[in-house]
Amino acid sequence: MIEILVPALSVGGIALVLGALLAFASVVFKVDVDEREEKIAEILPGANCGGCGYAGCSAFASAIVNEGAEITKCNLMTDEKLSAIASIMGVEAGKKIKKVARVACNGTCSVAKEKYEYYGLDDCATAAQLGGGAKACAYGCLGLGSCAVKCPFGAISIVDGIATVDENKCVGCSACANICPKGLITVAEVKPTAFVNCASKDKGAVVNNVCEAGCIGCKICEKKCEFDAIHVTDNLAKVDSDKCTGCGLCAEACPKKIIEIL
Amino acid sequence: MSIIKDFLVLAITAMLVENFVLVKFMGICPFLGVSKKIETATGMGIAVTFVMVAASALTWLVNEYIIANAPYLQTIAFILVIAALVQFIEMFVRKAVPSLYSALGIYLPLITTNCAVLGVTMINVQRDYSFGMSLWYSFAAALGFMLAIVLFAGVRERLETSKIPKYLKGFPIALISAGLLSIAFLGFQGLSF
Repeated sequence: MIEILVPALSVGGIALVLGALLAFASVVFKVDVDEREEKIAEILPGANCGGCGYAGCSAFASAIVNEGAEITKCNLMTDEKLSAIASIMGVEAGKKIKKVARVACNGTCSVAKEKYEYYGLDDCATAAQLGGGAKACAYGCLGLGSCAVKCPFGAISIVDGIATVDENKCVGCSACANICPKGLITVAEVKPTAFVNCASKDKGAVVNNVCEAGCIGCKICEKKCEFDAIHVTDNLAKVDSDKCTGCGLCAEACPKKIIEIL
Repeated sequence: MSIIKDFLVLAITAMLVENFVLVKFMGICPFLGVSKKIETATGMGIAVTFVMVAASALTWLVNEYIIANAPYLQTIAFILVIAALVQFIEMFVRKAVPSLYSALGIYLPLITTNCAVLGVTMINVQRDYSFGMSLWYSFAAALGFMLAIVLFAGVRERLETSKIPKYLKGFPIALISAGLLSIAFLGFQGLSF
């Protein structure tokens, strides 16, 4: 009898004591978490993409509750989710603006020259350290796909040597824009506007030497524009998206056909 | 003097000669699981150190005062104690030191099922270490674990950027390097004091 009682009592006793201790500790060491925070964290997509500017979805949820962060900062939010969170917080749901990433380079394999053959890691930052990368143009997309790897949503692919964004998949989280060593990727609102598909600040003659599809800073677009929305600075055309109406006059006039109407 | 010497010898034995991961092959799961980055490996190492020392203290007391007459209960009692201890520590740290909690993060609860922790407590008991000795041994053993996992994480970070035949990429090459590291640690077997 004693052989059974000893282990049963001692192990059972340990378990009881520890159980009681844990139960007690769970009350004493309770950390108060705002209920709303948990509810909002459940509604948030949970992708932890960081597009909102916070460390992750739960950090964003706590920022919404504690710091009154804008709900619309999350690019993945659908309208239903938005209103669900708004009702938890008791505020009006704002209107969400869809943003996508765009790559400002047109220099596909056939039109852009290379200055050397690159054998190494498939990583743009590494390649960029070797004389700015293999591309003859110092501003162009290296096409090694660091942005495509970084994209949590599989929205970027390398097509004909340059990164291409699938606008349906892109949520505008800026992960790609932050990693591009050439700073070619911008994240902007989706609306009809002209987009200059080049980032080269070289002079026209230099551009012509290295790429057939580069902005040469000829200022024809500037002259054609009726809304004062496109200007050439540093040999590169820049669109003022507030003024641009997307009429397409500049795109037609561009001798290099590098302006796109989105 | 001889006590200091004993302690030093014990520490070197626990860290190198009897390295838990590379010589005794305990705690392989976290060793392979969280060794992709030096940062996370260090986090795991610190969490293991924390839990190992606390667990040895508690299990030594349990063994000495509760189940002294029934040594066959050691395994089950120790598992119970370690699991509860990790839970308790997690709650306590979350309340008392939130910054440490967020640094240790997921690693703390993971250690509940780490056999290295159970292993160190069993060894303490089997070798009849005194209370102080068992604390010291488990601390050194945990440092050995941390050394192994951080070294291995360094190797794996290098592997990420080296050219590896396709069929060896990922886990195969990690296992091979772990084996080589283990062979290297076997060299410490020749140490004599």
